[in-house]
Amino acid sequence: MSNIIELKNVNKIYKGAVDTHVLFDININFDSNSCNAVVGESGSGKSTLLNIIGTLDKPTEGEIIIDGIKIGDMDKNKLAELRNETIGFVFQFHYLLPEFTALENVLIPYLIKNRRTSREIIEKADELFEMLGITRWKNSLVTKMSGGQQQRTAIARALINNPRILIADEPTGNLDTETTNKICGSFREINQRFGTTFIVVTHNREVAERTDRIIEIKDGRIEKDVLK
Amino acid sequence: MLSLKIAIRFLKTGGAQNLLIIVGIAIAISIQIFVGLLINSLQKTLVDRTIGNSPQITILSSTDINTIRDWDIIVRDLEEVDQIRATAVSATANAFIQDGSRNLPIIVRGFNFDDFDSIYNIRDSLYEGKPYKSVREVLIGKNLREELEVDIGDRIFVKTPEGKETYFIISGFYDLGVASINESWILANLDTTQRIFYFGNRITSIEVTVKDIFAADNTAYEIEKLLDNNDIKVNNWKEQNEELLSGLEGQRMSSLVIQIVIIASVVIAISSVLAITVLQKSKEIGILKAMGIKDLAASSIFIYEGFLLGLLGATLGVILGLGLLYGFDASTTSADGVAIVDLYIEYDFIITSWFIGVAASTIAGILPARKSLRLNPVDIIREG
Repeated sequence: MSNIIELKNVNKIYKGAVDTHVLFDININFDSNSCNAVVGESGSGKSTLLNIIGTLDKPTEGEIIIDGIKIGDMDKNKLAELRNETIGFVFQFHYLLPEFTALENVLIPYLIKNRRTSREIIEKADELFEMLGITRWKNSLVTKMSGGQQQRTAIARALINNPRILIADEPTGNLDTETTNKICGSFREINQRFGTTFIVVTHNREVAERTDRIIEIKDGRIEKDVLK
Repeated sequence: MLSLKIAIRFLKTGGAQNLLIIVGIAIAISIQIFVGLLINSLQKTLVDRTIGNSPQITILSSTDINTIRDWDIIVRDLEEVDQIRATAVSATANAFIQDGSRNLPIIVRGFNFDDFDSIYNIRDSLYEGKPYKSVREVLIGKNLREELEVDIGDRIFVKTPEGKETYFIISGFYDLGVASINESWILANLDTTQRIFYFGNRITSIEVTVKDIFAADNTAYEIEKLLDNNDIKVNNWKEQNEELLSGLEGQRMSSLVIQIVIIASVVIAISSVLAITVLQKSKEIGILKAMGIKDLAASSIFIYEGFLLGLLGATLGVILGLGLLYGFDASTTSADGVAIVDLYIEYDFIITSWFIGVAASTIAGILPARKSLRLNPVDIIREG
């Protein structure tokens, strides 16, 4: 399998009254179509790593290559385009727009790039709702939905543009075990059905166990990298 | 168009906060329209009532004999001037009325009645009697009538400065609303004054009204150039009423200052409320940026919000402002039911005010838009 993400000698230092060195010489590759978990204690640097992979943050040193393209020289607009087309995000908090319905929220990444929706994209949204088991709520305002339904809507939103990579930061952090299981099942299904590369940051051992590879971060360094 | 869609949705769910902004803009624009149109109407009413029913341009002789020869050629030339509404030729002279032992100074003004009417609207001011026709017939003003205690058909005896004595027969009484005219002007035929005062075929002035009162100085200059005659001079009301004009200008400037202050306060108010909206919506903006919305599109949400608030507020303001103006007009009438101020609804001014409201509100969106540019999705996500 080819690498879809490559990190070379990545360091991250937060400047301040006292500089904080968060990541130390990270060298890591992610295969396309793989399902990966990043685990570690709070403050270990795993979320920072995820933000750098997701192009939301920049490394202080080092190089990031996504889908064969070095992103270090890209300007803000190019990075925004890359995120819109290539990367889907799921966060611990869903960050759905409360003013919109579930369907409207899901279509937003598509509408960032396109002026209006097409029949194909509505069908794609319906397919995602069906797969995630939330078809009943697709026309509900997100404020009327449960936490699990909101998080599944956020997953559908992350997938609407067929991204090659899905980055999830503690996606089940706020959810009960049953909903967590459902979401993990969905991730697996999406990975197999659409060939999406998953990188999931989690505290939850069970969630990590359901992936192909577990990378453990400790004090800003890769402590373990286990391929199952 | 996602930015516009999000802006509309933000506004719809904004509730009382947005309603207050819209009402704020509406009040500001309504005051702008009310004050602006009222001041303009007041000025026009003032000018119309003082200058409107009198000549705005007067052509006089600049020679020592104070009379104009070949005036019919001048009148024909004036027909070429597009801005002229009416002209009236006059032969005017001072005289005295002999009333018992009293000698009252008067001005005998000779006009063709219809020409005089076209400038002074005398038909409407003729409250008793009929226009003069024969050589002896004259009209006298309300105040002079009260002074002399005379009636229609009575004779009044007049003495010219040269000592010639004659009499007139009163055919009617007028009230031009100006006491100094009502007590001194005796209106007669042009022929009558030309004969009594030995003017021959000469006249003393040509009085002119123009279509645009405030452009009277330009029209006067045009007439001067057209006639190109050193024996005459062309006066206009503006150069003779500089104090009135500076008063009107002062009024206009103070109204402008009020309007600018109102608009400035609206811009500041909208801007600060929208800046709070940026804070309220920072999570949404952050996640939109994470999903790939570009900075310009994200910040344009707040420009659109400003624009839409301005659109609604300014439209409501126009309706409210006109309502206030008509309400004011209906509630401020004189004892005889006539409006104190004649309303002049200037559509250009209303459209400009509406446009200013929309533009100011849109500009007010720039500050929060700039603020949103600085929102970094990582900060939002890290803060949770």
